[in-house]
Amino acid sequence: MTELTILFSGLILLLLFVSITGRVLDKRRPGPAVDNLIARVNAWWVMILALAIAFMLGRTAIVLLFAFASFNALREFVTLTHTRRADHLSIAAAFFLILPLQYFMIWQDWYGMFSIFIPVYAFLLMPIVAVAKGETEGFLVRIAEVQWALMITVYCLSYVPVFLSLEISGFEGENLLLIAFLILVVQLSDVLQYIWDQLLGKHKIAPRLSPSKTVEGFVGGVLSVTIIGAAMFWITPFAPWQAGLMALGISLMGFFGGLVMSAIKRDREVKDWGDTIAGHGGFLDRLDSLVFAAPLFFHLTRFFWVSNP
Amino acid sequence: MRRLLGDITAGMIVLFARAITAVRGIWRGVAPSPARRVYFANHTSNADFILLWAALPAQYRRHTRPVAAADYWLRSRFRAFIGRDVVKAVLIDRNPDTRTEDPVSQMAEALDGGASLILFPEGLRNQSDITLLPFKTGLYHLAKARPEVELVPVWIANLNRVLPKGQIIPVPIICSVTFGPPVAYQPDKCAFLKAAEQAVLALRPED
Repeated sequence: MTELTILFSGLILLLLFVSITGRVLDKRRPGPAVDNLIARVNAWWVMILALAIAFMLGRTAIVLLFAFASFNALREFVTLTHTRRADHLSIAAAFFLILPLQYFMIWQDWYGMFSIFIPVYAFLLMPIVAVAKGETEGFLVRIAEVQWALMITVYCLSYVPVFLSLEISGFEGENLLLIAFLILVVQLSDVLQYIWDQLLGKHKIAPRLSPSKTVEGFVGGVLSVTIIGAAMFWITPFAPWQAGLMALGISLMGFFGGLVMSAIKRDREVKDWGDTIAGHGGFLDRLDSLVFAAPLFFHLTRFFWVSNP
Repeated sequence: MRRLLGDITAGMIVLFARAITAVRGIWRGVAPSPARRVYFANHTSNADFILLWAALPAQYRRHTRPVAAADYWLRSRFRAFIGRDVVKAVLIDRNPDTRTEDPVSQMAEALDGGASLILFPEGLRNQSDITLLPFKTGLYHLAKARPEVELVPVWIANLNRVLPKGQIIPVPIICSVTFGPPVAYQPDKCAFLKAAEQAVLALRPED
């Protein structure tokens, strides 16, 4: 796992550099922007360390880490929905039955089941639980909200640990690197878009959804992360051009995922999904792009690189 | 031994409340302080004071005691353990005909003993569609008896969604506890209670 060691060392050096820059800025030009930068970087330390520890401990720890992230994301999502008393049982089932089962089946490597469990079984059974209560007011909205919450925060997010089960010839035992590539590209794409926004941003790309996002940030972020992705080919089973295309796809899905999740926040008139992660907002504020990118990256990899899928 | 067991149970209850609700205290126009205070809040759930407790910094939690109904908390040995040893509630008799002690002097005594209090002036759990029921007069009489004690309004949000009436499984929903600037005592009873109600309502997050 030398590649992983290099990768994490690089990230830690990068964070050290940003942390020191933050401290220097705080001395010279203190202000809310610098405070936010420091809070964000501190949260990044926690996230990187949590990932590093999970990577060291192996499969079980990674599955548990993402189950924990799903739990927090689902809670943030459900908090913003219009639940009624009649929905109590189905929401309890989402948290205490469906979420643990989904991650248990991933841990068990039962692909035939976890890949359809929420889209088929939960999709059909949850409305049955809801209808048993006989409360019809807002019925479609209520069952749709619960299903959407499960799809986004549990199903899509649970694709990340599934990479551990892929069997790519010539890449045996290295699947952690695919997770590292995915997370790195998604998060760098967010950060780079933000930096390009700050440096060159002029033309707003979606003023009603995300007032800070600009065309310049989008183009600059997506292009630079495509180049970085291609340069990271050595940690993947891909050739440089393939790694670049993958990074492009991940980055685009991440961008649009961010917009979709913003639209929900705007509709509910909140700025962030929560405030558990200082400087970032909630778990979903950090995971929105990953949620949209992970399933696509997984299925592209599986389709093109797994010999007998 | 009983005390230790009570303290450990209290710690576990707070931890559990945190795990389910991710509760955080929002201090708006008031800061956490070791001063003796009366926290008065809206009341929609039996777990309200646990949430308020969990939102306080740990060092102030120990001396903050809820005011609760004796008839409810002494009904079984388990409840009595929770009420007396875990949360160290000031147990008052709600029925004026049977009670031997005056609730207001019981509360004042607890304050004199160095405790802060948690009070739900609506008098009972609000299960109606009304946002806040009219306050009972206990808060006024307590303020009159101890005018130097700070009266801090509190709004507890979302807890009724975690555990609606008649349910036994709590669902994870993010809750918040918002503290506001203290309300001053004034001799006019109606005006004081109105001001206290308004102070609590003003902390409600818009939804």
